[in-house]
Amino acid sequence: MTIASSSPPSRLPRGDAERAPTTPRAARAGAGDSGGDGRLAAVFIAPAFLGFVVFLLWPTLRGIYLSFTRFNLLTPAEWVGLDNYVRMVHDPIFWDSMKVTVEYVVINIGLQTVSALAIAVLLQRLTQSALLRGIVLTPYLMSNVVAGLVWLWILDTQLGIGNEIVTALGFDRIPFLADETWAIPTIALINVWRHVGYTTLLLFAGLQAIPNDMYEAARVDGASEWRMFWRITMPLLRPVLAVVLIMTVIGSFQVFDTVAVTTAGGPANATNVLQYYIYGSAFGRFQFGYASAMSVALLVVLSAITILQYRLTRAGRSDLG
Amino acid sequence: MATVTTTTPTTLRPVQRKFPLGRAAAWTVMGLIILITLLPFYWILRTALSTNAGLSADPTNPLPVDLTTSGFERALGMQSAEEAVKQGGAGGGLDFWRYLLNSVLVSTLITGCQIFFSAMAAYAFSRLRWRGRDKVFGLFLAGMMVPAIFTLLPNFVLIKQLHLIDTLLGIALPTMFMTPFAVFFLRQFFMNIPQEVEEAALLDGAGKIKIFFRVVLPMASTPVITLGVLTYITSWNDYFWPLMVSYSDSSRVLTVALAVFRAQTPATGVDWSGLMAATLIAALPMLVLFACFARRIVSSIGFTGIK
Repeated sequence: MTIASSSPPSRLPRGDAERAPTTPRAARAGAGDSGGDGRLAAVFIAPAFLGFVVFLLWPTLRGIYLSFTRFNLLTPAEWVGLDNYVRMVHDPIFWDSMKVTVEYVVINIGLQTVSALAIAVLLQRLTQSALLRGIVLTPYLMSNVVAGLVWLWILDTQLGIGNEIVTALGFDRIPFLADETWAIPTIALINVWRHVGYTTLLLFAGLQAIPNDMYEAARVDGASEWRMFWRITMPLLRPVLAVVLIMTVIGSFQVFDTVAVTTAGGPANATNVLQYYIYGSAFGRFQFGYASAMSVALLVVLSAITILQYRLTRAGRSDLG
Repeated sequence: MATVTTTTPTTLRPVQRKFPLGRAAAWTVMGLIILITLLPFYWILRTALSTNAGLSADPTNPLPVDLTTSGFERALGMQSAEEAVKQGGAGGGLDFWRYLLNSVLVSTLITGCQIFFSAMAAYAFSRLRWRGRDKVFGLFLAGMMVPAIFTLLPNFVLIKQLHLIDTLLGIALPTMFMTPFAVFFLRQFFMNIPQEVEEAALLDGAGKIKIFFRVVLPMASTPVITLGVLTYITSWNDYFWPLMVSYSDSSRVLTVALAVFRAQTPATGVDWSGLMAATLIAALPMLVLFACFARRIVSSIGFTGIK
């Protein structure tokens, strides 16, 4: 910094003259004592704070409030107590969509985590090429809509190249998105394709933090790559893996776009994931109160998962050393 | 260390001799992964350059069938309705340039404002001293836990009450001022700037505002650019919120337009050529943006999620 080297004390403005000769530590303490930069901080934080209160804090509280009302946008919200929640508990479609969502999350996260881990380890052990890492990330640049449309075309039952490959490999044709049992795994796979690169890079960053000498030393001892993976990579990566899991699970629960452009909830509600059902209730049937109640349910599920995963991570952190 | 270096040749030789096989297998897997990653992109291009008639006649041809730019013309609304229908497309008008412009406007507005305001807040949270700072920051952090879906419905109601439904501002507003993540992300970087740098500037007579613009922001240009590109990609790709807010061409962004394009064509006999051309046009700006900043983003992405 040029500013640092060329600053004769004589050029100090008057206001700062008193603090000028003090050491940095004293100057810091002085700033704290005088109440600091309260007014300036207020100005600097004002826009973000406004956005936070208006579009995050207030909507959160309002969403909870709306879940206790009957509200269709046209007339004012009418307080109905726990009606929406009672209805939710007795709504078989809600439970179905919860089940479908969980099924999606399990397949999506399972496949994504395992493949991201495999790719990250391959990248780390084979090459440090930034180009390869860039290539792995490219699907992340697509929107879910684009990814959904492309795979809809590739997996098209009549003209898609997907089934041509399947039959060329000697299997029967698969009605990927048109069949009740295949639809959710297919959507899960599409989203693995789109998101795995990002997860890979997060894990790769975690792998970079593991000192290379550990692998060198292990190799000298004659350890195989497989053994090094289980004895070095996995234990040391576990905290990072846990954080990545929390993030991806939360993201995965909110699947919507891909469903909306590929199956629109069908066939026969087989892909009617929770967020899609919430959307339908709000904008298809204008039951904003009921949709809000289901959002609260989703929020509770996600919070529970987050807390549970944090607990498990903490518990596991001690033995990492 | 000495012992290690001397034993290396003898102990490593058998390992190295065995390694090429494992390495070859690993590279094969890597190659396969790259193929699966990139093939859909090629397939978009191949389909976009084919005719719909050609596609149904020869679905497995790895090259474009009846090479043509007709799909792109249809996607960009350069084809007459009759011609479009003849080519297997929908007769409805599509104003692609407008959606493209809308996407650019919305994403630029969100990214520019969000990064700037978040940086200001991050500066106040990291380099300024004021009472209640940590409590307010804790509140922001807690906001990170609220999933987007939860605030979408109430925000829709709010935007409707503000009469901003079907406007670009309505799409941009909720994320224009901040996201807790952006504030958190930048604060991490600002905190790592040595106190001495700031003090030197203070001694030099610079005010805190000047320090923010002349010292802190330039020093954090890499994270600011990374966050900017990621925010741009996220807002460009967003679908759910724009879908809720926009009803007409005036505020329709590319993601929503694509879904509409898809919905307009009949379920039997989808205009795949036009659809893939449109998909490519929608995705291209992000591919170019990424190509420009790839190295920086790729190397700093690990930071975004974990720290």
